[in-house]
Amino acid sequence: MAQHHDTHAPHGGDAHESHGSMKSYVLGFVLSLVLTAIPLILVLNDIVTGNAADVVLLVTAVLQFVVQLFFFMHLKEEKKPRYNLMVLLLGLVIVLTIVAGSIWIMKYNMVSH
Amino acid sequence: MKITKLSDFFVTGDPLIYGADVAIGLTMVAIVVALTAFKRWGWLWREWLTTVDHKRIGIMYVIASLLMLFRGGVDALLMRTQLALPDSMEFLKPDHYNDIFTTHGVIMILFMAMPLMFGLFNLVVPLQIGARDVAFPLLNSLSFWLFFMGAMLFNVSFVIGGSPEAGWLAYPPLSEKMFSPGVGQDFYIWGIQISGIGSLMTGINFIVTILKMRAPGMKLMKMPMFTWSVLSSCLTIILAFPILTVTLALLFIDRYFGAHFFTLDMGGNPMMYINLIWMWGHPEVYIVVLPAFGIFSEIVATFSKKRLFGYGSMVFALMSISVFSFFTWAHHFFTMGSGANVNAFFAVTTMIIAIPTGVKIFNWLFTMYKGKITFELPMLWTMAFIPCFVVGGMTGVMLSVAPADFQFHNSYFLIAHFHQVLIGGVVFGYFAGLYYWWPKVFGFKLNEKLGRWAFWLWNIGFYVCFMPQYVLGLMGMTRRVSSYSWDTGWWSWNFVSTIGGFLMGIGFLFQVWQILHSIKFMKRVKGDPWGGRTLEWSIPSPAPFYNFAITPKVEGRDDWWRRKELAAQGIQDPPPKYEPIHMPKNSGTPIVMSVFWFILGFGFVFDWLWLIIPGAIGIAGTMLYHSFNYDTDYYVTVDEIKKTEAKAGRVV
Amino acid sequence: MAHVATSQSSHDHGHGHDGHHDLEALRMMGFWIFIITDCIIFGTLFATYAVLVNNTAGGPSGADLFEMPGVIAETFILLTSSFTSGLAVLSMNRGDKKGLIGWLIVTALLGASFITLEVTEFLKMIDEGAKISTSAFLSAFYTLVGTHGLHVSIGLIWMVALMLQVAKRGITPVTKRKISNISLYWHFLDVVWIFVFTIVYMMGVR
Repeated sequence: MAQHHDTHAPHGGDAHESHGSMKSYVLGFVLSLVLTAIPLILVLNDIVTGNAADVVLLVTAVLQFVVQLFFFMHLKEEKKPRYNLMVLLLGLVIVLTIVAGSIWIMKYNMVSH
Repeated sequence: MKITKLSDFFVTGDPLIYGADVAIGLTMVAIVVALTAFKRWGWLWREWLTTVDHKRIGIMYVIASLLMLFRGGVDALLMRTQLALPDSMEFLKPDHYNDIFTTHGVIMILFMAMPLMFGLFNLVVPLQIGARDVAFPLLNSLSFWLFFMGAMLFNVSFVIGGSPEAGWLAYPPLSEKMFSPGVGQDFYIWGIQISGIGSLMTGINFIVTILKMRAPGMKLMKMPMFTWSVLSSCLTIILAFPILTVTLALLFIDRYFGAHFFTLDMGGNPMMYINLIWMWGHPEVYIVVLPAFGIFSEIVATFSKKRLFGYGSMVFALMSISVFSFFTWAHHFFTMGSGANVNAFFAVTTMIIAIPTGVKIFNWLFTMYKGKITFELPMLWTMAFIPCFVVGGMTGVMLSVAPADFQFHNSYFLIAHFHQVLIGGVVFGYFAGLYYWWPKVFGFKLNEKLGRWAFWLWNIGFYVCFMPQYVLGLMGMTRRVSSYSWDTGWWSWNFVSTIGGFLMGIGFLFQVWQILHSIKFMKRVKGDPWGGRTLEWSIPSPAPFYNFAITPKVEGRDDWWRRKELAAQGIQDPPPKYEPIHMPKNSGTPIVMSVFWFILGFGFVFDWLWLIIPGAIGIAGTMLYHSFNYDTDYYVTVDEIKKTEAKAGRVV
Repeated sequence: MAHVATSQSSHDHGHGHDGHHDLEALRMMGFWIFIITDCIIFGTLFATYAVLVNNTAGGPSGADLFEMPGVIAETFILLTSSFTSGLAVLSMNRGDKKGLIGWLIVTALLGASFITLEVTEFLKMIDEGAKISTSAFLSAFYTLVGTHGLHVSIGLIWMVALMLQVAKRGITPVTKRKISNISLYWHFLDVVWIFVFTIVYMMGVR
C-alpha cells in the first residue's frame, strides 16, 4: 500500500493532519461572522433591494464558503498532487450543472408550464 | 400496509408465478440441505460471507450478476414470446407485461451490469496496480452485501407483494401513490436505494485505491488502460449516484409522507423527476460502458502482441467522457417541451460526446494494424463489439437530432438503439473481460469450442433480434405495448425478433454448459496464459490471498511485458526478500449490517413500524460497533508467505 | 491495533511496507470524497427547492412563515460550533486530550441547541398548518432543511462516540484521523447551512 508519489515528496506521514493555528481559526471565525452580518444588515433593513440584494446574498455566501475552505478546512495545505482539490472542483462543477441546468430546463421554458 | 388475507402478502393467481414459487422454495431447501449435509455452514461463513478479500468479493459479484442475467433474460424471453403471439392467445396479461418490462430493465442495468462491472473491478484492479487489496476492504464487503440485499429486496417483490410496474425509471405521476398504490413501487425504491449506497461506496473505494495504492513507480500515465477506465467510471459514479439517491428519496417522501414533489396537484411537477433521474441516468450508461472500453483496450493489446495505440488519447477520451456525460441528459426528454434552446444545446452536446468514443474505435483498429492477432475467445468478443457498437453509436447520433427524435421517441427504434449499445458494448465487453481474466481468477481456462458456439449464437441472435426492431420503430411500433393488431403489419418482424431473442438465450445456456464443462475437465494454467502485458499476469493463478509477495517496482507501461523482455535477454529479478504483510481481518459486520438494511427496507415497503425500528437500531448499532472495534488487521508472517509461494510453484 | 501502532514506527521506511500512516491518509481521502458526494446530495435538493419554491399551491410562502430571529440565532450557533470544532482539532494537535474532549463537548452542546431550535421552528410551522403535504414548496423546504438537520443529528451521535473513544484510547493515529474527519464534516455542515440560510431564508423573506 505504498504511495506512488513518494518518489517526489517525502511524506512525513502527516499529510492527513489538520494544521492551522489559533490565529487562522480566529481570523476565519471573525470573517465568517462579518460575512453573515453584512447580508443581514443590508437586506433585512432594505438597504439594498431587488436583484442587487440577491447578488449581495450569493456573493457573501460564496465568500463565506471560501473562508471556511481555507481557514477551517485547510485546503491550501494539501500536498501535490492535489487530488482533494481536483475532486472538489469537479464536484462543484456538477453541483452548478445540477442547479443551473434544472432551473434552465424547468423554469425558463414556458412550454413546460 | 394491513395484511388481512394471504393474497395481500403473497402474489397469487398466476400459474407462472406459482411455478416460480415452487422453484424458489425447492432451490432454497436444496441449498440448506446441501450445506448441512456437507457441513459447509462454517466454511461458507468464514471463507465467503465474512471475507474482505477483493478477489472473493469479486467472485461473489460475478455469481450474483450471472443469476440476475438469467432472471432478466427470462423476463426478456417472456416479453418476446408475448409479442410473437400478440392476440391469438394471452400469454402475458397486460398487467403482467408491465411488471416484466419494468423488472427486466431494472435488473439488467442495476442488478446485472453494475455488479458484473464491480466484480471485474474487484477481480482485476488491485492486481493490475500491484496492490494487496483495495483501500477499504471492509467497506468493499459492505458494498457487496448492500448490493446483494438490495437486489434480493427488489426480487422478492416478484412473489411477495407484487412487482413494480411503472417502467424501469418509474416516471411519476404513474409511480406516485395515486396511480401505483401497491407495494411494488416501494420495493423498487428501497431495492435500488440500498444497493445504490453500495455502488457509491465502491466508487469512493476504487478512486482512493487507484489514486493512492499503485505500486511504486507506477505514475498515472503508466497505469494499465483498464485501471484508467475504472477510475473514469468511478468518478462518474460518485458524482451521479447521489442524484439518484435524492431523486428516489423524494419519490419515497411523496409516497410515504404525502409530499408533493412530483404529484399532479398541490404544485408538484412530475417533469422535475424526469429531469433529475436522467441527470443520473445518462451518466449511468457511461458508468457501465467505460470499463468495457478499458477491457477492450487490454484485450486488443494482448492479442495483437502490440502496445496499445494512442495511450494518451485513450486516457483523454475516457476522462473527458466521464465528465461530459453530465452535460447531455436532456436528450432523453426532447419531447417534454423545454423549448428549442434547451433541445438545441443538448442535441449539440450529445453529438460532441460521440467524438471521443470514435477516437477510441480508431485506437483499437490501429493497435490491431500489423499486429500478430490470435482469435481466442476474449478477442473474438472484442471483434464482435466494434461493428456492433459503431452501428449502435450511429443510431444514437440519429436520435440526438432533436427534431428527428420527435419521431423516434419511445419507439422500437430507441429500444433497438440502446440494446445495441448496451449488449454490443457492455455485455460483450464484460463477457470478453470474464473470458480474459477467468484463468487469473480460477486458474483454468474456459473451454474454447463451447465458447465459440455461445459466441456465434449470441452474435447471430443479437442481429436477428434487434435489427427488425429498428424497422418496427420506423413503422411506428412504440415500446411497452403488450399486443398489437394484425393490420399493423408488425407481426413478421416481431416474430423474427423473437427468434433472435431465443438464440441469445441458447447462447447463454451454452455459456453455462461451458463453465460446468470447464470445471469438470479442468486444465490448470500458469500465471500468464495469454502472454499478458500488465502486472496481474506476473503472479500465480489464482493469486495468493495477499496478491503480491513483494510489492513490484514499476518502470514502464505494460511493466510485465517489459520484465519478460528483460528476462529473455537473461536479466533476472533479484531474489525476493520477504517482509511481513499487513492484511485486514475478516468481518461479519458488513453482512449483518446489510441484513438490517434489508429489514429496514422491507419494513418501509409494508409500512410496518415493528420492522423499521429494529432495522434502524440494528444499522446504527453495527456502525457504532464497528467504530469502537480497533481489532481490524494483522500481519502475515514471512514463513507463511514462503509456504504459500512455494505451493504456487514459486522459488522461495 | 496497539501492536500495529508500534510496528509502524519500526517499519516506517518508505516503500514496500504499508505503514499505518498511509492507511490513515487513505481514510482521510475517502472521507473527503464522501463529503463531495454529500455536496451533490445537497446540490440536488437545492435544485429541487429552486424549481419548486414558488409552487405554494395557495398555501403559505416563505415570507409568511419564516421567523428570522430564530433562524439568525441558529446561524450564529452553528458558526460558533464550527469554530469550536476547529479549536478541538487544535487541542488535539497539541496532544491535549482534556482540551480536545472539552471543545468537543462545547461543539456538541451548540449542535444540540441548533437542533432544538430547528425542531421547535418546524413544530410551530406544522402547528400553523404548514405541513410537508401542504404544497410542493413546503415539501422541498422540509426535505432540504430536514436533511441538513438529520446530518447534524447524526454528527452529534458520532461526536459522542468519538469522545468515548478518545477518553478510552487517548490521541492515537486512528482517533486523530477520526477527529479530523468529524471536524471536516462539521465545517461542511456549516457551509451547507450558510447556503440554506441564504437561499431558503434570506431570499425567502426579502
